[in-house]
Amino acid sequence: MIPSLPRPAWLRGATVAYLIAFLVFLFLPLAVVAVFAFNDAPYPAPPWRGFTLDWFLGNAARGRIGLFADGELLGSIWTSCLVAICVTALSALVGIANSFLIERGRFPGKQLLSILMLAPLVIPGVILGISILAFASRVADFADDNFGLELDFLRPGLPLVVLGQFSYIATIATLTISARLRRFDRTLEEAALNLGASKAAVFRTILLPYLRPALLGSAAISFLMSFADFNTTLMLVGADTPLTVMMYGRMREGATPVLNAVSLFLMLASAVLALTLLRRSPRPNPAQ
Amino acid sequence: MRDSRWHARLVLGLMLAPAVLWLGALIVLPHIDLGVLSLRERVGPRQYVASLAQYRTFFAEPLYWHVFVRTAVMSVLATFFTLLLAFPIAWIIAKLAQGRAGSLLFIICLIPFWVSETVRTLGWMILLRESGVLPALMVKLGLTAMPVELLYRDATILVGLVYTSLLFMVVPLVSSLESLDNSLIEAAYDLGAGGFTILRSIVIPHAAPGITAGCIVVFMLTLGNYLTPTLLGGKNSQWFTEQIYTQFITRFNWEQGAAFGFLLLGLSTALVILGLRISGQRFGDVMRAT
Repeated sequence: MIPSLPRPAWLRGATVAYLIAFLVFLFLPLAVVAVFAFNDAPYPAPPWRGFTLDWFLGNAARGRIGLFADGELLGSIWTSCLVAICVTALSALVGIANSFLIERGRFPGKQLLSILMLAPLVIPGVILGISILAFASRVADFADDNFGLELDFLRPGLPLVVLGQFSYIATIATLTISARLRRFDRTLEEAALNLGASKAAVFRTILLPYLRPALLGSAAISFLMSFADFNTTLMLVGADTPLTVMMYGRMREGATPVLNAVSLFLMLASAVLALTLLRRSPRPNPAQ
Repeated sequence: MRDSRWHARLVLGLMLAPAVLWLGALIVLPHIDLGVLSLRERVGPRQYVASLAQYRTFFAEPLYWHVFVRTAVMSVLATFFTLLLAFPIAWIIAKLAQGRAGSLLFIICLIPFWVSETVRTLGWMILLRESGVLPALMVKLGLTAMPVELLYRDATILVGLVYTSLLFMVVPLVSSLESLDNSLIEAAYDLGAGGFTILRSIVIPHAAPGITAGCIVVFMLTLGNYLTPTLLGGKNSQWFTEQIYTQFITRFNWEQGAAFGFLLLGLSTALVILGLRISGQRFGDVMRAT
């Protein structure tokens, strides 16, 4: 019950116990990942055999391949970054256009379009992946059969991964940006136009600065979601594997603690990103 | 006059273009194509006829629909347990923690979900496998004589799924509980209502939109999850998305895979609609509450 009402002692005790148990449940998996990145053993398992930095700095000469010597793993991080940058840029551009369309535009079928824009969030990622795979292959086959064109970017590979992730991340960008645009004070814009500013100048000097926090927020979320995406990516991936798919493959085989090392890096990177974002806005909402 | 109308149409067209391209080329057309694909049968090299064979196979082969039903039941269970686990914590954040402590606790609860699911699953694997941390701890505490394998069990898959879904339940619950006026609870208390009555007739009706939003999102994400069931469940996971992957990527039987995809999409959509009906919510409102 709420603080203003009397609470029996057992309930207060139970609440605290629950809170502690919940936090342990929440952080235990992350804690073990971090701890075993430094264990001096070939597998991330107990017992503790002493501290080592081999899984970061090791190389073939030392018999253990650490993160910084693992070309395959580093390559997949780079691939993931590349994909995430493309997805972020595309989603931001489409997100801006969509929010103006939804908040300012007046046209028949607007209601339907705004509902349709939410659809990618309720379609399972695996199905987004296979439908885009099948459709892209059909288009590529059609081009090949009829025009003799080889459209390689429609075959499984990074361009398709970008499109697949973009297909639902664009919704998230649209929601974030249009939520801020909705709260914009139109009189500011009218004042600028009355004073003789062109529409382009209004956009550049008033709307864009106003939307900046939402743009940064949605960019950070898009980047993280793209980096973490697995379901859609798995269906569309070609020869270059992004980090999540690479990690998945190695986890099935039983990997060395080098995966813990790379995970620790991911944790630190996302913690830094999260904290900088949280400092900017008092009420974060990463689910949006 | 005609000029400005033309201009307005051009602007509208340009603004519409990204949305239409995005939704048309990546959502609508691919799904129509997937539907067409699922309704045909291969009779020879590059020869197809329209048929319901793919859907017939699904019902004729017990393995397929067993996995389908299993996935649905496990997802419902996972959603229920997520709600059960998330509600008290959302209550603590929204009602019990005072001032900054509440938002701090909220942020702390969100932090693990900024890390990708792969990393979190790796953590669970290190904790639970036979040579892992918890089995070793159990031996040390004298609970078991030998380390037991905690992976590859249904309960393990549920734990993993609940863990992955918590955020999507906590966020809508917190925002719907925060808007609940404390004086309502005080009034009910003064009129003699007990804790359970307050929960049932005041808190739950008020939080219904948040509960629905959370349940829908969690159910959908669980149903479509691939990583957690396959890694924590191994060969025993029997998750439907895995069947889709096998048909599409391993066996290259796209027609069958497309039919499976549509069945999963149908199930997911049906339960979303059912959830909205039961709670009397509208789709757009629920999505915005998330």
